[in-house]
This record gives sequence, structure tokens and C-alpha cells, in this order.
Amino acid sequence: MINAIWFGMIALSLVSALAQGRMPELSAAVLEGAADAVKLSISLLGSMCAWLGFLRIAEKSGLTGLLARAFSPVIDRLFPDYREDPEIKGKLCMNISANLLGLGNAATPLGLSAMEAMAQKHPGPVPSRGMILFVVINTASLQLLPVNMGAMRAACGSTAPFGILPQIWLTSLCSLTAAVLFCKLAESRRALGEGRGPWNS
Amino acid sequence: MEQLGAAALPLIVGAIVLFGFFRDVDVFDVFLEGAKEGIASSLHILPTLIGLIMAVSMVRASGLLDLLCGLAEPLTRGLGLSPEILPLALLRPISGSGASAYTLSLLERFGPDSPTGQIASVLASSTETTFYAVTVYFGACQCKKLRYTVPAALLGDITAVVLSVLTVNWFGSVS
Repeated sequence: MINAIWFGMIALSLVSALAQGRMPELSAAVLEGAADAVKLSISLLGSMCAWLGFLRIAEKSGLTGLLARAFSPVIDRLFPDYREDPEIKGKLCMNISANLLGLGNAATPLGLSAMEAMAQKHPGPVPSRGMILFVVINTASLQLLPVNMGAMRAACGSTAPFGILPQIWLTSLCSLTAAVLFCKLAESRRALGEGRGPWNS
Repeated sequence: MEQLGAAALPLIVGAIVLFGFFRDVDVFDVFLEGAKEGIASSLHILPTLIGLIMAVSMVRASGLLDLLCGLAEPLTRGLGLSPEILPLALLRPISGSGASAYTLSLLERFGPDSPTGQIASVLASSTETTFYAVTVYFGACQCKKLRYTVPAALLGDITAVVLSVLTVNWFGSVS
């Protein structure tokens, strides 16, 4: 799947640039994109190290355990496979909390750490249902207070920078619910053995 | 509210370190242990990031989004969607910084409190950069099969597009 998406993006860009005479721009974009990725990962390196350091303190002190217990009603239902695994549960909760608080820089390192822990329990090229659900939750927005958007709207002269909060909450909630329900349906189809569908190959 | 946002990070870091300190954790030593893993993790996802960001920057430079929007214009017009929202809907799942820049241009052009400005604000804040999360998270654990990840995530993105238009229409003008 990822191969097809990547190929599609590059092939369609090529066709589109040819059709619109934008080859010079495309040519610049190839290596600029690669350089941007290195720049991003250098800036990510700092927050990655810092957050994995804080995560380790929180784990050792029992803070993630407390968090996991507080989130239990939701986490156990969403991720029943990790009900008995406090380490993975703690990491899941740390990532979800970072997302709720809008700490995007923290969410990636904490999320990667959770993915690695889940992958250890389920090695191989096929992700477990928990891993899929976790990634899908991270593609949706959980942020309670979109501070950057508020600042951007205020800078553009909005009379109510946060006046659209109810719309954002309702939209994010529906979007997240739709994605999670899709995962749960796909999981149960598979569990019932009807899952000879496209996602199991 | 902005002060609250700015205070979140230091407060959380403070809470983690204080809690650890009073629980007799050797906070700095333990911090270093964790931070060391960050180096390996960062290097580990670098190839994935290069592949992903290169493809995204090619898509943006090639004018592919303009082309798609042009083709889809009759459809968006039929649905009553303003033609400026579609590029944002297409850009949002693949490029976070690109979507931010485009949203800012819409807010400047139409005004943040106009219907288009509001829809753009809601849409940009209600989803995350889907392809970034999928490639980076699965890249980190060497998963090759994505199974139903992409359809589920895209269903979420499409729901957000529809709901951002509907909620802005329902709630009416904010000013």
C-alpha cells in the first residue's frame, strides 16, 4: 500500500508538471524535499531526546501508571489487547495526553515509543489491530485548544479568534469517531472470519 | 487563552520532573537514559522522512493540486463548497506546513470571520497530517502492510471536510 501511494505521488507529480510546464519547479523540489527532511529531523532530534527523557522519568516515578489508571475506562475499551500491559498503556496515555494538550512536538516521540513497544509484542510486517487503531487516532486531531489557529486568526484581525471552538470540537469528534468506528468494524469482520477482504492480504 | 497555551509545556515538564524528584528518582540520570534512545529513534525515521517529504514537495511543486481542483470544480460547485476550500482539503492530509500557509492566505484574503475563513480554520484544526503519521509511525516499526489504516484515516479526513462546512453553516456567524 505504502509503495503504491509513494509511487502514485511521484508519478502523478511528473505527469502534472509535464502537462503544466512546471518541470523546473519539480526539479528543484526533489532535492529541496530531501534537504527539508534532514532539517526537520535535526530539529526533531532535540525534541525527540528531550521527550523520551521526560517519558523515562514519568515511567520510573509511576506518573505514567497513574495516568494509565485514569484513562483506563477509555483505553481498555479501545485497546483491549493491552489491558494487562501497564508499560504499553502508559505510553499510549502519554501520547494521547500530549495530543489533547496540543504538544505536537511531544506527541511524535511518545507515539513512536508506544509503537515500538507494541511492535515488540507483535513482530513482523503485519501490524496488530492495536497498532493500526493507534496510528489512526494519531491521524485525527484530539487537541482541546487549537492555540496556533487562535493566534493565526487573531493576527488576521478576527473579532473572535476562538469563536469557532464549538465547530472545531464537533468536527474533530465526528472525524475521530468515524475513523475509530471504521477500525472497530474492520477488526470485528476479521475476528468473525469473514475477513478475507482486501485488508488482510 | 493564548497564555494558557504557552504555559502548558513548562507546567507539564515541571510536573514530570517534580513528581520524579519527590518519588526519589534520579531525575537527571534517568532523563539521560531516555534521551539516549531519542538519537537512535531520530536516525531510524530519517529515511522515511526523506522519502515522504520529497514526495510531498514534488506534489506541491508540480501543480498537481491545482490540476485536481480544476477538474473537481464542477463537483464542488454542485455541492455548494467554495472552490478555495478544496485545495485545503487535499493539502491538509499530506502537508501540515503547506496547509497552514494556505489557511493563512485564505484568512488574509477572505477575513477570518467570513464563512470561507471559518471553514478553513475549522478544517485545518480538526485533523492531523494523515500521511505523516502513517508513514512515520509504521516506518519506525518496520511494518510493511497497512491493512485498513489508510481507508480508516481517510474516512476521518472526509468526515472533517463535510462537518467543517456543516458546522460553520449551523452555528452561523461568530461576529
